[in-house]
Amino acid sequence: MREFWIIFKQAFTSKAKAKSFIITTLIMMVAIFLLANISKIIDTVQDMTGGEEEEVLHVVDTSGVLIDPLRAQLETEESGIVVKATEESEQELTDKVTSEDIDSFLTLSVDEQGTIHANYTTMSMMDFSLPGRIQDALQSIQTEMKANELSLSGAQVQTLFTPIQFEQQNISPSAKSEEELNTARVLVYVLMFVIYFSVIMYSSMIAMDVANEKSSRVMEILISSVSPVKHMFAKVLGVGSLGILQIIIYGITGFIAFKTSATEIPGGFSDFFSLKDVSPSTLVYAAVFFVLGFFLYATLAALLGSLVSRTEDVQQMIMPMTLLIVAAFIIAATGLGNPEIGYLKYASYFPFFTPLVMFLRVGLLDLPMWEPLLSIAIMLATIFILGWFGARVYRGGVLMYGPSRSLKDIKKAIQLGKE
Amino acid sequence: MALQLENVTKRFGDFTAVDDLTLSIEEGTMYGFLGANGAGKTTTFRMILGLLNANEGQIAWNGKTISYSTSPEIGYLPEERGLYPKMKVEEQLIFLGELRGMKKADAKKAIGYWLDRFEVPQYLNKRVEELSKGNQQKIQVIAALMHDPKLLILDEPFSGLDPVNVEMLKRAIIDFRNTGATIIFSSHRMDHVEELCEQLSIIHKGQQIVKGSLREVKRSFGRQNVRIRSDHDLTKLDHILGVKSVSHSVEGAVFQIEEEDVANELLTAALQEGPIRHFEIEEPSLQDIFIAKVGKEHA
Repeated sequence: MREFWIIFKQAFTSKAKAKSFIITTLIMMVAIFLLANISKIIDTVQDMTGGEEEEVLHVVDTSGVLIDPLRAQLETEESGIVVKATEESEQELTDKVTSEDIDSFLTLSVDEQGTIHANYTTMSMMDFSLPGRIQDALQSIQTEMKANELSLSGAQVQTLFTPIQFEQQNISPSAKSEEELNTARVLVYVLMFVIYFSVIMYSSMIAMDVANEKSSRVMEILISSVSPVKHMFAKVLGVGSLGILQIIIYGITGFIAFKTSATEIPGGFSDFFSLKDVSPSTLVYAAVFFVLGFFLYATLAALLGSLVSRTEDVQQMIMPMTLLIVAAFIIAATGLGNPEIGYLKYASYFPFFTPLVMFLRVGLLDLPMWEPLLSIAIMLATIFILGWFGARVYRGGVLMYGPSRSLKDIKKAIQLGKE
Repeated sequence: MALQLENVTKRFGDFTAVDDLTLSIEEGTMYGFLGANGAGKTTTFRMILGLLNANEGQIAWNGKTISYSTSPEIGYLPEERGLYPKMKVEEQLIFLGELRGMKKADAKKAIGYWLDRFEVPQYLNKRVEELSKGNQQKIQVIAALMHDPKLLILDEPFSGLDPVNVEMLKRAIIDFRNTGATIIFSSHRMDHVEELCEQLSIIHKGQQIVKGSLREVKRSFGRQNVRIRSDHDLTKLDHILGVKSVSHSVEGAVFQIEEEDVANELLTAALQEGPIRHFEIEEPSLQDIFIAKVGKEHA
């Protein structure tokens, strides 16, 4: 057991002390703070650059009655659009737009039925919010005009446009309420990303580490003083603890960042994603599936890493494993909109998909307790089998040198391990 | 007998890496293990360490098999040198020492002593990748013997070192043996083995073809060299009965003979040609024995 902790400590501290690790962690922390304060930053930047520029809209009004209401309408909306009437011909204006003297122009007319015809001309492809706002303004002007024509009062118009009361209710036994579902969906999505990225990152870290020890030939000294099996599990646990530490750091940073920014931007991201609405069971499942998912993939990664003798071959060797995680993520992502799709249920019991897919289901649906528990049991069994199998491969794999970069070498490694 | 190998055979599939190897090493002695590349030396060492299991035969260290519980008693310098490139020398050695059952404080003391001894104390806080290859090797030798192992296995300890460092390392190994440790080492440098080892084995393609003490090996080889220096032509001597082979040079000639009497005949015959400047009967060098047994292509 003593050697186990020595290797564990070494795997943990040598990584934790590495400059690359510290710098990545710091960058992520800064990024989280920036993300939490994104709207404040945008405001500050806008203040510094003098705020939003006023947009000038050149208008040719052939009817003569529309330009004033449009100006008034846009002013009440505080849209920052300045309406400027012009007498120039369409051709002249088109030329000006092409030569980029003006951004755009608008021609307005009213037909016999009293319908407004507007033509917006621009060169800019990015311009979609401005025409939308103009359209809205013209729409309400037309409504007013028609209401006048029909001699409707303002109150009558209001009644016409009263929105219906639409509420959604799902009586499926596994469904959560719509509000619950929305917060859960965001949380599940975020946590799915966390699980996905950390599993990919830390398991390839382990595979890399093992291959590194092999390629630097330090492995032979190591396994002459401690058994390969102990070495493998100490490594997996060491890097795993490091991963958990990193996630905890990010978690605390995120919590503090969103907490401190929450008071200042009402209606910001933090309102939408406030931790108090989150059911604690979702967080517990997130933790459980993170840990189990990590160990499952880490054991596989250590096994694969022990097969290669050069770090250049690691990526190629762990490719099938990466594809498994990506597949799990895609399957889970398709279920975000509808977590009750049939195949999700089956996928959630496949141990390599469980951490993401079962987490999605358990986060978005009210599942009976036995479902997640069963999948956890399957995962534990798989981890155990993989650990046992991995240890056998590892024992031979670490002694194997040469151009090994295919899964066929597993057989060779087991053979060598037995010898 | 400290270390005993009895009829050890190791096969990888159809390939026999080590075939029926028997040897025993007394405590406090140095044992030389000679062989060409691929002869089975590293496989034998891995079996002694328990990294590989023998298909047949027994390996015992003081009567028990070597396993991870005996690891503090054993030091190993693998042929393929390797350390963590990014770790500092001290951290690295403490880590490896702790794995061999040392306490941190003892490890630090040992590291100080050995770095001084190998005249590289300035590398204590350097990363291994910053060191030259020869210095990395010194660090690795320290890793093999810092925990005072009772059995030290050195796979090609001198390869890649300059002559000064070879001497330094030899001295250290001899002193280490004098403290009572048993040392087994492999080499294809015959002169090192000749100088250091009481007992030796030559293995070739897994077969043990020579074994015994240095004197026994030389005597049983049954060939000696006669070196004669003369200003006269010695080609007539080539045909004297008992001369196995001869090589001429400007200074004279070296005759390989099987019977000591032939040396006298050679001397008489040479004197008949004229005065000679030098006459010597040389024992065969390990190099000669190795070449004769293993074949010229592997020398």
